[in-house]
This record gives sequence, C-alpha cells and structure tokens, in this order.
Amino acid sequence: MKEIIRSPLFALLISILAYETGIFINKRTRIAFFNPLMIAIALVIGTLLALHIPLEDYKKGGDFISLFLTPATVILAVPLYKNINSLKKDYVAILGGVIIGSVTAILSVWAMAKAFGLSKELIASLIPKSITTPLGIELSTQMKGIPSVTVAAIIITGIFGAVFAEWLLKVCKITDKTAKGIAIGTSSHALGTTKAVDIGETEGAMSGLAIGLAGLVTVIVATVLFKFGFF
Amino acid sequence: MKLLRQFLIVLIICFVGEVLNKVVHVPLPGSIIGMILLFICLITGVIKLDKIDEISRFLIDHLAFFFIPAGVGLLGYVGILKKSILPILVICFVTTFVVMIVTGWTIQMIKGRKGK
Repeated sequence: MKEIIRSPLFALLISILAYETGIFINKRTRIAFFNPLMIAIALVIGTLLALHIPLEDYKKGGDFISLFLTPATVILAVPLYKNINSLKKDYVAILGGVIIGSVTAILSVWAMAKAFGLSKELIASLIPKSITTPLGIELSTQMKGIPSVTVAAIIITGIFGAVFAEWLLKVCKITDKTAKGIAIGTSSHALGTTKAVDIGETEGAMSGLAIGLAGLVTVIVATVLFKFGFF
Repeated sequence: MKLLRQFLIVLIICFVGEVLNKVVHVPLPGSIIGMILLFICLITGVIKLDKIDEISRFLIDHLAFFFIPAGVGLLGYVGILKKSILPILVICFVTTFVVMIVTGWTIQMIKGRKGK
C-alpha cells in the first residue's frame, strides 16, 4: 500500500480529485471566496498530512503537473492576440497602470516590512512578491534576500489575488475589462491570472500581459533602488 | 493526434524560450520569452490561430489546476516562515489589495481622461 500512495500516479489522482471537489464546492455554494484552487491545495495538504505522505513523494507526481506551467503561460499569448485591438487602443493606460502598480507594490511592501521591523534580508525577500516566480527568485537573489521565502510569498500573494480579486474589484468599482485584467496580473501574477481567465477572455488576456510587464518593471525599479542603497 | 500535434508547436516555442534564456542569457524567464515569441508568430501569421486553438483552450481552462503542486509546496516552507509568518501574511494580504486597487484605478483614470 505504501508504494501505491507514494507513486506519482497517486499524486496526480488526489490533485485532480481535490480540484474537482474544489469546483464542486465553489459551484454549489456560489461563494467566490471558496476558490477551487485554494480548496484543492488545502485538500491535498490535508490528505498528505492525514496519510503521512512526505511532501517529497507528492512532488514526484506534482512536478509532472507543474511541468505544464510553462506552456500554459506561453499560451496566454493567444487571448492577448485575440484582444489585440484593446491592446492597441489602451496601451498608454496599460503601461501607466503597470508602472504605477509595480512601484506601489515595491514601496508598500517596503514600508509595511519596515513598520513590522523585519530584517533587511526579509524585506529583500518580500519585495518581489507580486511578480512571476522565476523573475522573483532572481530579483530576490540579487538583493540578497532568501529565495525560498520569496517563493512562498509569491504563492501566498497569488492565492490571495485569486480568491479576493473578483470581490475587491467590484467593491472598488473597477469595472473596465482592461483595468480588471491588468490590476489582477500586476498584483498577483500568473496565480491571480487563473481568476482573470475565469472572469473573461479580455480580463485573462490583460492579466497575462501584466505578468510579463509588471515583472519587468518591478525588476528594473527594484534593482535601481537597491543599487542606490534605498533598501 | 490533433491535440498532441498542437502541443508540439507550443512546446517548440517553450523550448526556444528556454534556450534564449539559458544559452543566450536573455534576462527574462523562458515562459515570458515564449509568450512574446508566440505573440509575434500569431501577428506575423507564422502560426495560424486554428493550429493551436484546442491546446490553447485546454491549457487555459486548466491554468488553476497546474498551480496545485506549487501551492501544496508551501508545506515545505513552514519551517522557514515560522518566525515571521504573521507579518508576512499581513504584508502579502494588504499590499496585494493596495496594488490591485491602485493599478485598476490608474487605468480607469487614464482611459476616462482620453475618452473625454
């Protein structure tokens, strides 16, 4: 039995089952905060802990699923291409939003971390939290942060984004499709984008675009600030 | 075979993206380079939309699912985060909200001005 529950196939099985359950709960309750992804993650973690399956064993199958993240990010060019007219029409607003959003991300994290009295190392680790993981790891290393803390912060941020985006955008009267998508992608990268593609094609396309743009702007701005000893 | 053939096109682009990142040292993640490449291929007509339509729907429909292992991986960081877990959670929570609102409002403001 041990071999069976430790095989990559079992990891795949519980991941799909957990996700199906997440979708089921989300649809049945119609509560947006019950995000299927969040429920699935919680269920898998619960299963691993209950059955005493080490994370390393789950990872064997999990890595197989993660493998799809690169092609899934690349393919976001398709909705973007389908929305090329919004892109042409609104590029000034899009760039403005991404730049101001990314600078806000850096400064707000820095200010809050300072207020909490966190160490320099931790501040550097948290600054890339809104951008996509590979860029975030690089930026964190560059600023002498702890890459694993950065990865954790990026994932936590993404889950918050995915869970609360729809509600927050509604409460704050952000109704324009482009604004919604760019806001989600800039604040919570590819993980938030899972929610954006769920809201609509234009939102998904813009969120996908913002993953790359916000990552780029954040790396440039943070690197300059770091070089001048701001952090 | 159709889905697999379409997947091949996407994988080739992913691969070129990785090569540009690792070998040519383009300072962007392979996935982002790939996204730009695919976008260029679609605009120039090198790749027609119907050649990747099904795989695109499959990947985008399951985008959230592909993130499950990354989220489960948080379990491995509990040890590192333990000491400052509360401030980190609060910072992630608050700043994500702030950035989302500021970005959205900025875009609506710029668009609104242009429209007048």
